[in-house]
Amino acid sequence: MNHLPILPILLPSLAGTLMLMPPLSKRPGAQRWIAWSVLVVLMFVAAMLILSARQQTMTYALGGWQPPFGIVLVVDRFTALLLAVTAILAFCAGIYSAGKEDRQSSLFYPLFLFQVMGINGAFLTGDLFNLFVFFEILLIASYALLVHGGGKEKTKAGFHYVTLNLIGSALFLVALGTLYGTMGSLNMADMSANVGLLLPEDQILAKTGGLLLLLVFSLKSALLPLHFWLPKTYTAASASVVALFAVMTKVGFYSICRVFGGIFGSSAGALAHFAIPWIWPLAVATIALGSIGVFAATSLRLLTANMVLVSVGTLLITFVMEGGQSLLAGFYYLLHSTAVTGALFLIADQVGTQRGGAMDRFVRARPVPHATLLGVLFLIAAIAAVGLPPLSGFIGKALILHSASRFAEQVWVWPALLTSSLMTMIAFSRAGSTFFWHVSAKDAVGGLKLRFTQIAAIVILLSTTALMTVFADAILAYSQGAAGDLRQNPTLIERPHETSRSRSHGVQES
Amino acid sequence: MELLFALCVGVTTSCGVYLCLRGTTFTVVIGITLLSYAVNLFLFASGRLHLNAAPILGVSQRIADPLPQALVLTAIVIGFGMTAFLVVLAMRACADWGSDHVDGKPNAIEDVIQQENRRP
Repeated sequence: MNHLPILPILLPSLAGTLMLMPPLSKRPGAQRWIAWSVLVVLMFVAAMLILSARQQTMTYALGGWQPPFGIVLVVDRFTALLLAVTAILAFCAGIYSAGKEDRQSSLFYPLFLFQVMGINGAFLTGDLFNLFVFFEILLIASYALLVHGGGKEKTKAGFHYVTLNLIGSALFLVALGTLYGTMGSLNMADMSANVGLLLPEDQILAKTGGLLLLLVFSLKSALLPLHFWLPKTYTAASASVVALFAVMTKVGFYSICRVFGGIFGSSAGALAHFAIPWIWPLAVATIALGSIGVFAATSLRLLTANMVLVSVGTLLITFVMEGGQSLLAGFYYLLHSTAVTGALFLIADQVGTQRGGAMDRFVRARPVPHATLLGVLFLIAAIAAVGLPPLSGFIGKALILHSASRFAEQVWVWPALLTSSLMTMIAFSRAGSTFFWHVSAKDAVGGLKLRFTQIAAIVILLSTTALMTVFADAILAYSQGAAGDLRQNPTLIERPHETSRSRSHGVQES
Repeated sequence: MELLFALCVGVTTSCGVYLCLRGTTFTVVIGITLLSYAVNLFLFASGRLHLNAAPILGVSQRIADPLPQALVLTAIVIGFGMTAFLVVLAMRACADWGSDHVDGKPNAIEDVIQQENRRP
């Protein structure tokens, strides 16, 4: 059996555990090198998975136990894309932390790797209960990373974040119980085969379970009524942590795609696409509210956190639009927005460190040291984030607008996206001019030395948007395959010999 | 049995939700604990309720579904770890803010005591 699919979970977990053991736990230098090399290896593994998922969807049965009794990992093109973007983002966040967060305690890298493990696991698993388990792994690592370094603001944001997510986990379990009770399985392929065969009285229960799942995933991906935690949390955490958090809302989006595109997809009979009418208005409203947040933000971090909201809304719109073109545009936009928001959080930290007391707030302060370099980086990131040509944000947004083919969709999508682009452009212009031109003295004084690794992390993240523009054709072709995999994924996975529904009935009757 | 079970889950859940909506960290922690108890019970029931049924083949006449039991076990372990973390975070928060209000408002404890005293 090809063991490649388990590596993105196994490597960070083993390395993280090793670092907690005595010889390594007291040696920050060694920890740093091990963590970085694991993150590099993860990028190679993701690249290999991208190549091999192009041929066929891989299914990895843990311990050789076949479904329905065993647990499976599934790697299709959608999973592979997300693993790749996670690996790149984690590497950049990892090298950015050198000399900052990783000096604060010897637990930083183990927690960081456990979080990467949880994110990778959530993308890989083909089983809803394991999705829950990996969610918990990434969450508990993120709780600890969020309060890492200490401080009143972090504790406050941390307590709210932990409480919300614990209640979310409780709802997740209720949803899983309901779905298991009606469908007799939690394997995603199995469930999508069973959902069409449900009796009418069970359908309402399955629908309830499905909507509860939507609630949980909306909380994770910060959809409109459940987004209040995000700006506060993302502003409080330290820079490299929040750069890694940029992919966490995408885990929620991924789960929504898997559950409502795969299980309750077009093969679900009476329950096909039942959640779409719920997602539509919320996604549009999330874009609107995110744009207002961007406009009203008082610091670059808060602005970027609101950009995350806008991108979540945009992604969910691409998921609910009819026609096959929108989802591939959405995947392209997902890769772009993850990398760019990660970069923006890091730039906000750099600018904030250099400006001293003014931090990254939009107030008049002394000139920013190293203004040329930081200014150019900010300009590139802003162009990409707003969606101006020639960078990848433009291609992504143009594709999404183009794929809104029906009139009813155009009426909602075009004003929402175009207005939000205009508002973010104004907000970014204001941010840049305040930082670099609206200054209280002529020359910059003081200024800290720039660290090579930190600038390199930002440059790598920004260069991905340039590369995504150059290789847009290849990436879009791959995204198209990924969108196709998502829709017809269940048929490719080997079916159990008997359907689980008959099994659960057998239990009752015996 | 079904009615009793459903009542247990319902009452525990509503107590948990009520406590979660209170303003102090301690009640929130207790509320989340109650909520996770209710959820564990609910998850256990998703394999249907049986009497005298072992989850192993060939031991008893009827067979209970073993999977929900495994799921509950996992959920209990995870819930336990999370609650422990939340307790530590709540204590840290209390030390950081000098109050156990969920938003870190000062004098929260005194306010509550005053309100209690004012009550006839």
